[in-house]
Amino acid sequence: MSDVQTDFDIAGVKKRFAFINRKAPYGSIYALEILEMVLISAAFEQHAVIAFIDDGVFQIKKGQNAKVLGMKNFAPTYRIIEDEKEDADEDDDIDMEWRIVVEEESMTARGLTADDFIVGVEVLPSAELTDLLDQQDVVLSA
Amino acid sequence: MLHTVNKSPFERNALYTCLRLAKKGSAILLIEDGVYAALADTGMSEKVSSRMDDFKFYVLGPDVETRGLGDSTLIDGVTVVDYNGFVDLAAEHSAVHSWL
Amino acid sequence: MKFGLLVNEGPFTHQASDSAYQFAKAAIEKGHQVPRVFFYFDGVNNANKLSEPQSDDRNLVKLWGELATAHGIDLVVCVAAALRRGIKDEILAEGFRISGLGQLVELGMAMDRTLTFGD
Repeated sequence: MSDVQTDFDIAGVKKRFAFINRKAPYGSIYALEILEMVLISAAFEQHAVIAFIDDGVFQIKKGQNAKVLGMKNFAPTYRIIEDEKEDADEDDDIDMEWRIVVEEESMTARGLTADDFIVGVEVLPSAELTDLLDQQDVVLSA
Repeated sequence: MLHTVNKSPFERNALYTCLRLAKKGSAILLIEDGVYAALADTGMSEKVSSRMDDFKFYVLGPDVETRGLGDSTLIDGVTVVDYNGFVDLAAEHSAVHSWL
Repeated sequence: MKFGLLVNEGPFTHQASDSAYQFAKAAIEKGHQVPRVFFYFDGVNNANKLSEPQSDDRNLVKLWGELATAHGIDLVVCVAAALRRGIKDEILAEGFRISGLGQLVELGMAMDRTLTFGD
């Protein structure tokens, strides 16, 4: 039998997290629960790339209406991520770089443009997203 | 970076997207249903065989055996590893990206 | 090396929990540590003590609990995901505890490597 450690020493730790969104919203819960993960992570002031790839680009598409099927209306919550990012960008005392990125190829393959999204995004060509993802320390996907 | 792909390329686009977004020089480990991508002579084999110069491909042996593929021909250049090998790969690379 | 694992799927329906378990076991046998495994999405169902697989099948809920007890692994189930799926203290299996999503972020911060097992 070994003792379980429940507290970790994370003082001063600053890592680069990537949250990978590749699935469409509503057909599964992954979009919503990854969003909850991202929101919680703000409290820890880590760097983050919130990436929308493949069908994940549909998660941030304008015009969603969860009421039609009585499902949870979580799309507006993406704006909180945008707010967190902007607060971090503006506040010199917060050392937290958040980037909300969309893979260009995923977006155009699905007939979308940056204007179709509910939040401001960086549209990155695959090669640039490749380099960005390769730099991350912790990749959480669903 | 170590990339893992756990779904068959016939079922999902995870492998396709991984190959598009993994940096050259990375390791790609096929696990669970992803091992079907390591089979030679299928309609999908070329996805892996054409990228041998860009990536180091691995396949998880226990998943291959479990699926009755132990006697099948795997794509030349794909290295079979067991769970010890999986652990080593995770330790040797800077991070792990699971494509689901 | 310290490995942290994220398990996104419940037992049996997907292979994720098996793969994570096998990885954890191998890592420990090689002398590494697996201080925490975080269960999110349907992964919270790995903590359901009411799970009763057939006698000739592996009992993943028990296997996780036994591995955790033997090697000091903190098995954490996300409270929000758990409530949604009806996983509560009264049916929580041995070795698991329910806590917040912040424990996953801490896992990412504290571990040398973080791996996700999912669908």
